[in-house]
Amino acid sequence: MLPIGHYLFLGLALFIIGVIGVVTRRNVIVILMSIELILNAVNINLVAFSRLYGDVAGQVFALFIIADAAAEAAVGLGIIIAFFRNRETVLEDEMDLLKW
Amino acid sequence: MTPTGYFLEHLWLIPLFPLVTAALMLFIGRRLPNAVVSVLCVGSVGLSFAFALGAVTQLLSADPEYRVAQHILFEWLTPGQMQLSTGHLIRFTADWGYLLDPLSCVMVLVVTGVGFLIHIYSIGYMGHEGGYYRFFGYMNLFMFSMLTLVLANNMLLMFVGWEGVGLCSYLLIGFYFLKKSASDAGKKAFIVNRIGDAGFILGILLTAVTLGTIRFTSAGLTDVAATSGIRQALEAALHSNALAAGAPVFTTIALLLFVGACGKSAQLPLYVWLPDAMEGPTPVSALIHAATMVTAGVYMVVRMNAIYQLSQPARDVVAVVGVVTAIFAASMALVQNDIKKVLAYSTISQLGYMFLALGAGAFAAGIFHVMTHAFFKALLFLGAGSVIHAMSGEQDIQKMGGLWNKIPVTAKTFGVATLAIAGVPPLAGFVSKDEILGRAFETHPGLWAIGFVTAGITAFYMFRLMFLTFFGYSRADDHAQHHIHESPQTMTIPLMILAVFSVIGGWIGWPTSLGGSNQFEKFLEPVMFRVGPATEAASTAQQTSPTEYFLMIASIAIAVAGIWLAYEFYRTKRFAPELVARKMSGFYRVLFNKYYVDEIYDALFVNRTKDLGTLLGQFDAKVIDGVGVDGTGWLTRFGSTLSMWWDKWIIDGLLNFGAKLTQLLSFPIRFLQTGTFSSYALLILVGLAILLAYYQQHLHVVLRGAR
Repeated sequence: MLPIGHYLFLGLALFIIGVIGVVTRRNVIVILMSIELILNAVNINLVAFSRLYGDVAGQVFALFIIADAAAEAAVGLGIIIAFFRNRETVLEDEMDLLKW
Repeated sequence: MTPTGYFLEHLWLIPLFPLVTAALMLFIGRRLPNAVVSVLCVGSVGLSFAFALGAVTQLLSADPEYRVAQHILFEWLTPGQMQLSTGHLIRFTADWGYLLDPLSCVMVLVVTGVGFLIHIYSIGYMGHEGGYYRFFGYMNLFMFSMLTLVLANNMLLMFVGWEGVGLCSYLLIGFYFLKKSASDAGKKAFIVNRIGDAGFILGILLTAVTLGTIRFTSAGLTDVAATSGIRQALEAALHSNALAAGAPVFTTIALLLFVGACGKSAQLPLYVWLPDAMEGPTPVSALIHAATMVTAGVYMVVRMNAIYQLSQPARDVVAVVGVVTAIFAASMALVQNDIKKVLAYSTISQLGYMFLALGAGAFAAGIFHVMTHAFFKALLFLGAGSVIHAMSGEQDIQKMGGLWNKIPVTAKTFGVATLAIAGVPPLAGFVSKDEILGRAFETHPGLWAIGFVTAGITAFYMFRLMFLTFFGYSRADDHAQHHIHESPQTMTIPLMILAVFSVIGGWIGWPTSLGGSNQFEKFLEPVMFRVGPATEAASTAQQTSPTEYFLMIASIAIAVAGIWLAYEFYRTKRFAPELVARKMSGFYRVLFNKYYVDEIYDALFVNRTKDLGTLLGQFDAKVIDGVGVDGTGWLTRFGSTLSMWWDKWIIDGLLNFGAKLTQLLSFPIRFLQTGTFSSYALLILVGLAILLAYYQQHLHVVLRGAR
């Protein structure tokens, strides 16, 4: 059995890739994909700790998060389509209506 | 025995018939065909006449001293406490009741009888006019009011009828209301009558507080106190010496009532409305302004004769006003050219005679003249209507002439009436006028002289009218001449009936000196009996004396003189009227302009009233509108300006101040809100990193524990 550090490292790597994606990419669809990466990083952590402690609750949480991610993707893509219809763009630096 | 019978029990039906048809006409008359209107309206008056005849017959079956029937339908004003002028508290009540005694017998027969004939006549006369149902509705309403007036058993109910006839008079004078002169004449009649009515009302009130009752008599009633009638209350007051005969209060009441009579019966100075009232249709002039309504004043004074008997000064005033009106109006009739205006002034003059009789204390003679005058004056007016009908609406007698053979029935009946009013024996006018002049001679010889001269003038102007209208050559234009025709039978038959009564109507009062028995006066005696102790010896039974024969011959002589003079002026043309008019041009002009009375009244009262109206109007515009309304408006506007300023600068200002403050304080922070969410994500990340760094130790513990 691999020590927990490997899993945590994988999770951390995925998380950092995701964060970099969210912060640096302009295309909102890519940002959405990066968020999925972050969520998956969390899932790996949860499953790893679940295994470590022999407690199945962590895996249940992981399943919830997968369902949540699917819902989030549906809503997010819907918003993006609606937005695209209005403004004909999916670039996040052009979505600046909420500023002061 | 107190008389009883179906018709006496149902006295209230007499005024009710015309009221029902009047209501029908005024509500649904527009949809009824003319024939139905005629049958209903004339029929209802005919029914009233039949019931009146029945009631009078049943009353006559009783002995003279019991000839009174009084029925109270209901208590109209409920009893209330009233303080008399003597300080006593009494229970005052007014009822809705009908009284039939010899006096109202005469009036009710005249009103329904002559009224019925005039209604029949109207079918022919009004047949081609618009508003047929309206005319008959008003006429029936008039009949109701007039019958209420003469059958009322108290002053207040009489006043209801009094006002009702005034209203109908107004409505019917203004029947052709699209004509300005007609509507003006209606207004004039109404307003002038108001002056009289004010006097009447004050008289009623003064009677009420003096005697405690306004019921004429308690005779015929079983369940009331003995003093519940004016006559009984007067006798009680005189008997107990509470009031003396000739007390000033009697004079005041009598004069106030006489003011009312002056208005309704067109006496000086309130006669001005009657000549103008001729704007109404001719049957209206005949019924209302000659035969019935204008005699209401005479009737009222006779009805209140108990009070007049107690005041010599009031009687003197009545006599003087009457005789002065008689000669004044007769002189104006001399020069009028409108056939109806001549008759109108003649009516005023004859009413003056009636008041002369009342002033002389000859109340029966006054009512006698009311009756005979109703016959011949209604006939004259209806004849005049027939003439106007024949002449295609022409009323100017200078444009008539030569009608004697063309409209024979009208002409002959008109001739009978003219002879009657001129005082030619043995026609009705002679008997009643002679009675009045004879009684006036006994009490006021000076006034008799004036009345005597007036009789001559009357004969003259009536025959002037007769000659100009019916004799000589025709002065009408060709168009009118072609259309001359006798009126239909519905018009001529009433003329003939009235002509018969103009001849024989006076015979029931035929004087004792000429072999008669003056049954009329005896008939009215129960109503006239003396109140209290004898105040004078004037009304002792007339005795046949040389004076009386002399007076009679003198009146015949002056009537014949008047007729002869008219004959010479207008028939043989031996004297030219134009020449006389030119010789006395000043006097003629004054007469022709009716003494300028209308102009004087206009200057004194009408225009002053208008000035007052203008003044009040200006007060309204300047003070009420200017200061009151506009001032309030300005204040409101000023207040709202203030309030608006407060709202804008204080209330809103505070809010804006808070908002500005918030905006100022948030100045540096709001630049963090860039709107691009990658920057937010970065901030979240930085925050997370800081938190993680802060909890590093604990993280360490957690991780170690996990391992």
